[in-house]
Amino acid sequence: MNKYPWWLNTLVLVIVAAGCLLALPNIYGSVEAVQIADNDGSAFEEAKLAEFVRVVEGAGITPEDSYLQDGRVVIRFDSTEDQELAGQRLREQYSRDANIATTLTPKLPNWVRNLGLSPMSLGLDLRGGVYVLLEVDMVTAVESRLALYQQDFADRLREARIRHRVDLNDQQITIRLTGSDDVEAAREIIQRADPDLYVEEGADGKSLSVRMTEAQIQARQDFAIDQNLTTLRNRVNQLGVAEPLVQRQGVDRIVVQLPGVQDPNQLNKILTATATLEFRLVDLSGDEPGSRQYPGRGGESPQVLKRRVVASGDQIIDAESGFSEGQPAVFITLDSAGGERMLETTMNNLNKPMSTVFIETRRETVMRNGVEEQRTVKIEEIINTATIRGVFKNSFQITGLTPMEARDLALLLRAGALAAPVYKIDERTIGPSLGQDNIDRGFNAIKIGFLAVIVFMAIYYKAFGLIANVALFSNLVFIVAMLSFLQASLTLPGIAGIVLTVGMAVDANVLIFERIREEISSGASPQNAINSGYEKALSSITDANITTLIAAIVLFGVGTGPIKGFAITLMLGIITSMFTAIVGTRAIVNLVFGGRKLQSIPV
Amino acid sequence: MRIISKTTRIDFLSVKRRRIALGLSLLLVIASLGSLATRGLDFGIDFTGGILLEVGYPEAANLDAIRSNLGAAGFTDVQVQRFGRDTDVLVRLPPQPGTDADEVRTELRQVLEASGESVDLRRVEFVSAQVGSELAERGALAMVIALMMIFMYVMIRFQWKFSAGAVAALAHDALVTVGFFSWFGLPFDLTVVAAVLAVIGYSLNDTVVAFDRIRENFFALRGASSEETMNTSINEMLARTLITGLTTLLVLVALLVLGGESIAPFSIALIVGIVVGTYSSIYTASATALELNVTAQDLIEPVKDPSLIDDLP
Repeated sequence: MNKYPWWLNTLVLVIVAAGCLLALPNIYGSVEAVQIADNDGSAFEEAKLAEFVRVVEGAGITPEDSYLQDGRVVIRFDSTEDQELAGQRLREQYSRDANIATTLTPKLPNWVRNLGLSPMSLGLDLRGGVYVLLEVDMVTAVESRLALYQQDFADRLREARIRHRVDLNDQQITIRLTGSDDVEAAREIIQRADPDLYVEEGADGKSLSVRMTEAQIQARQDFAIDQNLTTLRNRVNQLGVAEPLVQRQGVDRIVVQLPGVQDPNQLNKILTATATLEFRLVDLSGDEPGSRQYPGRGGESPQVLKRRVVASGDQIIDAESGFSEGQPAVFITLDSAGGERMLETTMNNLNKPMSTVFIETRRETVMRNGVEEQRTVKIEEIINTATIRGVFKNSFQITGLTPMEARDLALLLRAGALAAPVYKIDERTIGPSLGQDNIDRGFNAIKIGFLAVIVFMAIYYKAFGLIANVALFSNLVFIVAMLSFLQASLTLPGIAGIVLTVGMAVDANVLIFERIREEISSGASPQNAINSGYEKALSSITDANITTLIAAIVLFGVGTGPIKGFAITLMLGIITSMFTAIVGTRAIVNLVFGGRKLQSIPV
Repeated sequence: MRIISKTTRIDFLSVKRRRIALGLSLLLVIASLGSLATRGLDFGIDFTGGILLEVGYPEAANLDAIRSNLGAAGFTDVQVQRFGRDTDVLVRLPPQPGTDADEVRTELRQVLEASGESVDLRRVEFVSAQVGSELAERGALAMVIALMMIFMYVMIRFQWKFSAGAVAALAHDALVTVGFFSWFGLPFDLTVVAAVLAVIGYSLNDTVVAFDRIRENFFALRGASSEETMNTSINEMLARTLITGLTTLLVLVALLVLGGESIAPFSIALIVGIVVGTYSSIYTASATALELNVTAQDLIEPVKDPSLIDDLP
């Protein structure tokens, strides 16, 4: 009696071994490293790794180790100085195409790394860093699309020689015509432009109102979010942060997490900036239809500019800051369509002036009827007006900015524009000293809590208590193993969840052992008491754990941030403790006490 | 070793005692509700929105000087308090609408360093009021969903009278824990919500284990009254209830003492909740079920129509 079949013992051993293996990467500590990831997301090859290493060695540094991991190059160093210098050298050469981050990386031996194992990843509250929650301005996302339609309709109506006025108000384009005769023709033109649009004739019989359908609005919003995610990823990649996270959350939110970043100021400017450029010809007569006055930025004089845009920021495929004749400048490269347009424009307008307009959206708080309201303001300012001296195509330069502005603008133009403005609604920065403190405190609490429980269990349940302690320890190993395997971030509330699990995991053993004691006092033989103790306690243990699991799952599903971290470790802890406390302890009990005659058992 | 004699025969559930216990629970609940209504909760910026700074000074910080410096710089409604150590200070400000977070941060840093020492900004959080109210809603939603799902699980596994007893006990635990935070003006943040939900899970664990034994004994002790059966069951489970409570409290005290200031409200909520939860699984849950006249019959599955069985091949 009380013997596990050989295969069950083997299974328990295999599971324990697997747990130990998965948890193993956590004991090695970390080492200074430079991580290089390709900006376009493709994986690096061995040849590239060798090239990077040559650059590092060219600076007189011997890397401790270097290898490819998930398509990224990791180069490890013996000292922070080597790491900094190598990072600097690599950035000088590759910063345009790759994200080069100085970071700490786990100091895993090769064989562990080759098995694809990695340690738990730490949450921002444990390693320090910046968390930003951005909200995407969906109204503006839709309006900017409507503005394109507005321009398109005006162009088409003019081509068809239909007199018109096109206005955009409240997500609706209104087209006013001179008479009812033009209505059908205008409707046809609009539907040729986009047959899906919702077109309605005005009550006066000589106007049309045009709106986007729900599906079109939805599609536009999805596009805006996707485009913004891409743009933000590009921008973040230029910051040289290891393992940045840019992720959609809910309908209109984007989370950005940057481990290790200390000063969010520079970051915020880069994340929420909407700065872009437009090139327009100056309207010298000043009365062309659609022309309007633009203010100048700094000392620039205001100008009346033509309605037609020669080229805009989304046609810029590369931008670099530098100096031209002693002035800060941005060197711009346009795509082919933009280049053609620029060529044509400069050819036809030699010796005429063209302006560069700097466009930025900001959110302002205004008081309306005594209530604070957020409003999006678009700022368009001329940064430079120059006479076209020669024909040029897709490469040219602009001036009129401070060096800092030129650098930021170049970065933003390179990374691409945001399809809709984003606003920061939540920002949390955790300093590295606090992160380390949190780790130390959390692990101390686990250690002391664990110690208190095992001492108590050993005294209270003697040999059986010791067996429960083995299970409790393996439960900790399993939690760490699962966290490492799932690569779920460990946070301070997560550590609290582990501490709580240590206290609660013994419950199953307490239930079993108390039951065994009851069986013995009601006259059962030791072997029978063990057997029925385990059997009869099972339903209580299952019920109790499932109900706690329900609470943990709800926490995980509904909770955010710190709650999620707590819920994950709690869930894992419940599941692993079921195994260790029931199957694990039984295997040991069977091994030690099973299959022989016993006078009494030490419980 | 044993902390209680082999088999206790404490009469937990005589009509008089259980009515006293229910009265006490009711009193606690009313006191909690009253405190929540009059004093409210000291919501953290997770729920209200606002700015929070955890600042480390090189030497013991002078809170009055920090307060007056902040006031002089035009920051109103500022809370400044020590955070764990003498050198650590927590500064809380209401949301500053219409201002740029970067400017506020720079300005705050200048004000905090006014007396010439350089400070370590250990933690800076800007939460908009909008996010705050969302987090509060989700926290409340989590609590309601958890209670509903637990009610259903206990109903499937046991019977509705047990469900009612369990949920009464859980709601009682959650309310009293939150009431405790209101009464003593302790900071209530997201981690406390997580702790209250963990308390619900824990207390339920306790309650379900007791119910399990009660069900077993309803069949084993035929002829005994519901009250006797439940009393016996609770006595049989008493050692386990106390030991599990004790080990859990051991680790939580370790967490409270060693875990640092930011996790302290979480630990306090769990400690309070587990003490209350242990009491409620002995009294509130079973007493409620008894008041609903729970009997052995409630747990017996209705016998299926024998003709249906005959029809089976």
